[in-house]
Amino acid sequence: MTDTAAGTVHDRRGGLLRRISDTLFRRPHLLLTLLIAPPLLWLGIVYLGSLLALLAQSFFSIDEFSGMVKREFTLSTYAELLNLANVDVILRSLVMAVAVTLAAALIAFPIAYYAARYARGRWKAFFYLAVMLPLWSSYLVRVYAWKLILAKEGIITWLADKLYLTWALDAILAIPVIGGPSLSISYIGTFLVFLYVWLPYMILPTQAALERVPANLLEASADLGAVPRQTFWTVIFPLALPGLIAGSIFTFSLTLGDYIIPQIVGTSTYFLGQAVYTLQGTAGNIPLAAAFTVVPIVIMGIYLSIAKRMGAFDAL
Amino acid sequence: MRSERGQRAPRALSLAAIAGLLFLHVPLLLIFLYAFTTEEKSYQFPPPGLTLKWFGAAWERQDIWNALWLSVKVASIATAVALVLGTCAAAAVSRARFFGRDYISLLFILPIALPGIITGIALRSAFNIMDFDFSFWTIVLGHATFCIVVVYNNALARFRRTAGSLIEASMDLGADGFQTFRYVVLPNIGSALLAGGMLAFALSFDEVIVTTFTAGQQATLPIWMLTELIRPRQRPVTNVVAIFVIAVTFIPILFAYYLTRDGEHVAGGGK
Repeated sequence: MTDTAAGTVHDRRGGLLRRISDTLFRRPHLLLTLLIAPPLLWLGIVYLGSLLALLAQSFFSIDEFSGMVKREFTLSTYAELLNLANVDVILRSLVMAVAVTLAAALIAFPIAYYAARYARGRWKAFFYLAVMLPLWSSYLVRVYAWKLILAKEGIITWLADKLYLTWALDAILAIPVIGGPSLSISYIGTFLVFLYVWLPYMILPTQAALERVPANLLEASADLGAVPRQTFWTVIFPLALPGLIAGSIFTFSLTLGDYIIPQIVGTSTYFLGQAVYTLQGTAGNIPLAAAFTVVPIVIMGIYLSIAKRMGAFDAL
Repeated sequence: MRSERGQRAPRALSLAAIAGLLFLHVPLLLIFLYAFTTEEKSYQFPPPGLTLKWFGAAWERQDIWNALWLSVKVASIATAVALVLGTCAAAAVSRARFFGRDYISLLFILPIALPGIITGIALRSAFNIMDFDFSFWTIVLGHATFCIVVVYNNALARFRRTAGSLIEASMDLGADGFQTFRYVVLPNIGSALLAGGMLAFALSFDEVIVTTFTAGQQATLPIWMLTELIRPRQRPVTNVVAIFVIAVTFIPILFAYYLTRDGEHVAGGGK
């Protein structure tokens, strides 16, 4: 603190400001309330209010003839949600979210582990920025990059041709269900883009958790005779797990709700987000769209409560 | 973990880490390459020829300038709102334990923990119910809601590191609450706020999912880009804009990193 600042602090001020300040000091609860009220009101009204209004609409139904929303309580919209076609959409999104999360954990762990344990000084900064840059660079730009890569005339086809691996690419595309006419029109393509776009969200919390493993625990483990592999599985991994789970909250939730990636790269079948988008937009069926959004909310609610119990929130 | 200074990483680990980083960065490099291609109709690789003309073409497109200006305005206002609300929330949550505190911090991360499409459709239907016209302000409203959490995370981390005894000392020395805030608290949390603000700006500048629901006829830069992705006009022009966007987001990240690098992490991940 500089001298001038110290001088100012010593000046005793009178007047209104001082009185307000004194009142707040004497009543810490009042100060607390004043601090927490604006953000709480904003999120409570704008966010929670909208959310609840949306959920309420899922108990309305749509009139089949007029296409208007009937504002009466009914569960028929939820019954409609259990149609085979709709359940199909939900299951497809769930499988995709699980696959993306697992793959992201698998790729993220070595990067996070290297960055936390071996990278020093400049390298550490490099690793950190190398993860942050893709995370914060535009989502659409990154999706677009994959449209270039996966296109039939794009770099993967060219590479496969140069390496005489066209047969392998064709074999992959020929796999039923996940294959397709080209990578950009297949589930494999959708999966790759999801994985690419959400991967940094897995790396950062995992790295943070790994950094917090105290060095003396590792020394203690070694002193007690554990070989590096044992130390890894019994000390490091359990302590890194909350970080992985924290990361999975992001990869899972983001995959579940995204409707832009499958629209740009993928087959014509719908994922959850696309279904909601179409229902509220062109179809104008807000009640069913609302009922659809309840699915990820419930899934994420369960997921978050498990994650909280496993200590993932401390790793965020 | 600072014990293994000088210890080398196992080769398999290094390879996996390098491969992972390449996976993250090669696609971005391709964006640069394609901005120079002479091929306009497809994504042919390797490009048949290289040209600089798309940079000029992008410069002359008025629709791009309009979208850019709108994005900057939205991001500035949303960031300002988020800075005030996020700091208040962090100050309250860090300074006291009170009933429902855990639920409040859950509420703050909810807008990014739940899929963006839910935030989007919830806001849209709420605007519809209340007969709000979709405008500039509905976009700001949506963006501020999820920007709060970025500021909140950064400020909270810094508040927790700032010793409460400093504030008590300031009070003991006769400063009132406002002086303490001005001379003790603000210098301590200033860089964290700047970092949080810049990240919030980058987040808003890039947001597309919530924006598609809360925008009327206006196109922010990401919305412009989405339209180009679905119905391409001049494909390489999209690449030029993409490069610009990468550059614009890279600078705040670099800054935010240098501001908060002393032993804490920026934001802890998170849109």
